Amino acid sequence: MNQPVLHPDGSAAESAANSPVGGTSLWHDAWKRLRKNRVAAGSGVVLLMLAAACLVGPAVIAATWGYDYETQDLASGARPPSWSHPFGTDFYGRDLLTRVLYGGRVSLTVGLLAAVVAATVGTVYGAVSSYAGGMIDSLMMRVVDILYALPYMFLVIILVTILGKSLLLVFLALGAVGWLLTARIVRGQVMSLKEQDFVLAARSLGTSSRDIIFRHLIPNTLGPVIVTFTLTVPSMILQEAFLSFLGLGVQAPRPSLGALINDGANQMLVFWWTLAFPGAVMAVMLFALNFLGDGVRDALDPRMKH
Amino acid sequence: MPVADTVLSVHDLRTFFRTDDGIVRAVDGVSFSVRRGETLGIVGESGSGKSVACLSALGLVPRPPAFHPSGEVRYGGRDLLALSERELEHLRGNRLAMIFQDPLTSLNPYLRVSRQLTEVLEVHRGASRVEARRAAMTMLERVGIPDPARRIDQYPHQFSGGMRQRVMIAMALLCEPEVLFADEPTTALDVTIQAQILELIAELRHSLGTAVVLITHDLGVVAGSTDRVAVMYAGRIVETGPTAAVFAQPQHPYTRGLLASTPRIDTPPGSRLEAIPGLPPDLAHLPAGCPFHPRCSQAVDRCRTEYPAVIALSMVHSAACWAVEAPQ
Repeated sequence: MNQPVLHPDGSAAESAANSPVGGTSLWHDAWKRLRKNRVAAGSGVVLLMLAAACLVGPAVIAATWGYDYETQDLASGARPPSWSHPFGTDFYGRDLLTRVLYGGRVSLTVGLLAAVVAATVGTVYGAVSSYAGGMIDSLMMRVVDILYALPYMFLVIILVTILGKSLLLVFLALGAVGWLLTARIVRGQVMSLKEQDFVLAARSLGTSSRDIIFRHLIPNTLGPVIVTFTLTVPSMILQEAFLSFLGLGVQAPRPSLGALINDGANQMLVFWWTLAFPGAVMAVMLFALNFLGDGVRDALDPRMKH
Repeated sequence: MPVADTVLSVHDLRTFFRTDDGIVRAVDGVSFSVRRGETLGIVGESGSGKSVACLSALGLVPRPPAFHPSGEVRYGGRDLLALSERELEHLRGNRLAMIFQDPLTSLNPYLRVSRQLTEVLEVHRGASRVEARRAAMTMLERVGIPDPARRIDQYPHQFSGGMRQRVMIAMALLCEPEVLFADEPTTALDVTIQAQILELIAELRHSLGTAVVLITHDLGVVAGSTDRVAVMYAGRIVETGPTAAVFAQPQHPYTRGLLASTPRIDTPPGSRLEAIPGLPPDLAHLPAGCPFHPRCSQAVDRCRTEYPAVIALSMVHSAACWAVEAPQ
């Protein structure tokens, strides 16, 4: 393999071969493409700002104005928005801005982590099941069917009751049950992908099954997985709200966005701000997540470049 | 008749598939061998078992539903059919490689060409990324991809069909395999590109000494770029011999039919090409006797009951047909 056969001019090849490698990973390229997508990049910035506000906001407010999310002050209860309480106060006189920020932190954490757990478990499970095929596939998918047939919330409630009521376990429980849809979607994708020539070609080059699943098949399924992911996050946030409502999720007086909206919805005709502000924050969060998810999906597909 | 420099030989290979429709006899007792630096053409129409025969040799047919009632694929003193998947993985892409019909779908759309090329070297040679990249670039240049330094970091969709097939060839030849199976490598390409790709394979075969098994249904390709040819029908080889001899004196009625249905430079303009009547048989329900007899104009009673014996016309040219007479 010394002399080039058809193109004797090898100077360009030589210089580039000696240059540092870099930038060959799928994620690196996707990141570059994502930054060019204004809507997605903007949504990412909004999300980051929201997350930062949720993270440091409560502490800053406590240091500046002395509000926290739990101390009640019935004398100043249910005040509409004002300069001292930009989002107003709730029925018990707690600053709503503080509670929304604190609740946003809880909801974002639960939603994102549960969705990540669900997407990871579902993708790997679906891809392995589908690639293995035959009996293994049948068995693995029957497990999914059985879990599907059980009432979803029932499972989560059992898990939370068994495991205890910590926040960490709430998202684990949600994720542990939420991967079924992703598993099915990925399995369907892989069923068609594994028949494609590039899988046969990879096998003919000696690629192992593990490398084929993780390096060739899963990246090809990421588009639908990301879309499912962006739909899973809001549903996880809402389910967390439901769990909290049942007393199994975040415990009062600690707020979560879902719980705040739930409370606000009960009083919206009298105290509109108790619904409007948490609702608006949630809406912004979900919009941004969806736009970002869309952008990430496009960015991950090299063919969508132009 | 194994010759000293035979690199791969297939003996009495049978690949059957269990289906709901019964057992499909896709490959039914095929034997062939290739020597170093030689090109063996396998011709036949769709469904004649030529692709399955090669995929079986590489252990690429899914078992089950496929199984091998008999057969042996000798390579390097070992029987490939008896090797474990892990041992096969070690040989595939390394000592034995394959390229496929449709270059548009044979590359992973999500990975850069560089990644797909270097993967082969990293798996088989334990090469570092930088080494593998350099070797990949040299190979791309060698298969005639202009500006490899820029092209190597592109995605498959940025290449044309012919260029993708070149990338596939580069990938298959990176480890300098001893045997290259080319499964209709030019079928999906237009004619000028076909010629370039065949020329490229011939050139690389020459410089690397690779044995090539070229599967095709295009007799023009066989005539132009193979040393020997095996004609397959319904899972069996019906005629085999040096390409020149088979083309000059086709013995089996099927080979003659194939040749008669191919336009030649001396075919009078406006004349109709002859077609072989009928359709290829259903491999799950083969007719008794010679599977070609329902379409054969020379079929006699014996053809309907008994599979023909292989008649040797010379040391190297043979055909399986009752109508063929062995020279005295």
